[in-house]
Amino acid sequence: MIDKRVGSLAAAVEGVRDGATVLVGGFGAAGVPVELVHALLEQGAGDLTIVTNNAGSGETDVAALIRERRVRKIICSYPRSAGSIWFEEFYRAGDIELELVPQGTLSERMRAAGAGLGGFFTPAGADSLLARGKEVRVIGGRRHVFEEPLRGDVALVQALRADRWGNLVYNKAARNFGPTMATAADLTVVQVREFVELGELDPEAVVTPGIFVDRVVEVAA
Amino acid sequence: MTISPLSHTGMAARVAQDIPDGSYVNLGIGMPTLVGDVVSAGKEIVFHSENGILGMGPAPAAGEEDWELINAGKAPVTLVPGGSFFHHTDSFMMMRGGHIDVTVLGAFQVSAQGDLANWATDDAHLPPAVGGAMDLAVGAKRVLVLMMHTTSDGRPKLLPECTYPLTAAQVVDRIYTELAVIDVTPDGFLVREMVEGLTRDELERRTAAPLAYADEVTVLAPPVR
Repeated sequence: MIDKRVGSLAAAVEGVRDGATVLVGGFGAAGVPVELVHALLEQGAGDLTIVTNNAGSGETDVAALIRERRVRKIICSYPRSAGSIWFEEFYRAGDIELELVPQGTLSERMRAAGAGLGGFFTPAGADSLLARGKEVRVIGGRRHVFEEPLRGDVALVQALRADRWGNLVYNKAARNFGPTMATAADLTVVQVREFVELGELDPEAVVTPGIFVDRVVEVAA
Repeated sequence: MTISPLSHTGMAARVAQDIPDGSYVNLGIGMPTLVGDVVSAGKEIVFHSENGILGMGPAPAAGEEDWELINAGKAPVTLVPGGSFFHHTDSFMMMRGGHIDVTVLGAFQVSAQGDLANWATDDAHLPPAVGGAMDLAVGAKRVLVLMMHTTSDGRPKLLPECTYPLTAAQVVDRIYTELAVIDVTPDGFLVREMVEGLTRDELERRTAAPLAYADEVTVLAPPVR
């Protein structure tokens, strides 16, 4: 029998090691798996590489991981936002490494990892500083930069509902990076607002098929 | 004669005038978002948001905010009938893959070749941030820039070459400022419209790159909606 449901947030993040690369879903505050990130903070893993669109804001989620010195490196497209005080402080002090990636490239690098591809050429950023040190090739008369796949040891994702097979549906624009990140990690952990019975999710509407998911935990809204 | 520069809303309305009915449009953060508020009711325009929305509608009424329905600037929005949600990779496929008809972006600088600098300045104090700007600039079929003609301290933003880091090279099609509408052509900037009372000398003083002029330069005025 397949049952990916786990009974606690602690069980959901069990086994994450020091030095792990962790993909964290969300765009701004929408879709951030806040409780899973806090469970990871509690769990204690450090020296992490965090892959996420923004670098957290205020005192919660990724900002809290940074504040508690658990993050060695962050790979993101837009670390600067209202309230990203902890990232900015650590960045200025040289206490965190930043790899800045155009947003579409960030997403596509994870897609490539999930799809078993060795990378791709994109025109995005090909004429920018972000292409420095990377292979640039002219394709169809246009400059493209080679980008490598980006794989996580762990992905932390938020969705709306899951069944015990790990099939997922999301809510509105909180979907954002979730479906791609779910495909791109060795261990995909998802927090959902509710579990439903197998067969209850409309198969035409399942966004992430359970094959991409390892653990689901229920966190009531 | 005194110069009457366009207001921000007037500039946005002038941009909206150039967006054809039926277009799929992505508006950048900042002044470009104003364009969504001033499109003619007679046009059906589908707004795209990089975080996975097609058919993005205006801001909700106070108290009706849904924080899982936000735009690229992280502000709450609504969904119009016919709208849809999708994940980031699909969203950026739309942007990079030439499926977005028009994007309206803000800019720090634009060069006479249409190079765009809108993601980083020379302020080393700020951590760099890029977001979706590079994907959008290379991928949209038409790239319109909406910006003030000069910086707040009066330095030109239309330049022979950008001095700030490039977002993308040779991508800008047309620039809308409070003073003029200017096309980027293979021969450089071509002025199409100027506000009432502005002389060519005055416009050239505020512009660091050479300007050519259309055979008939028309008056830039806020369109009547």
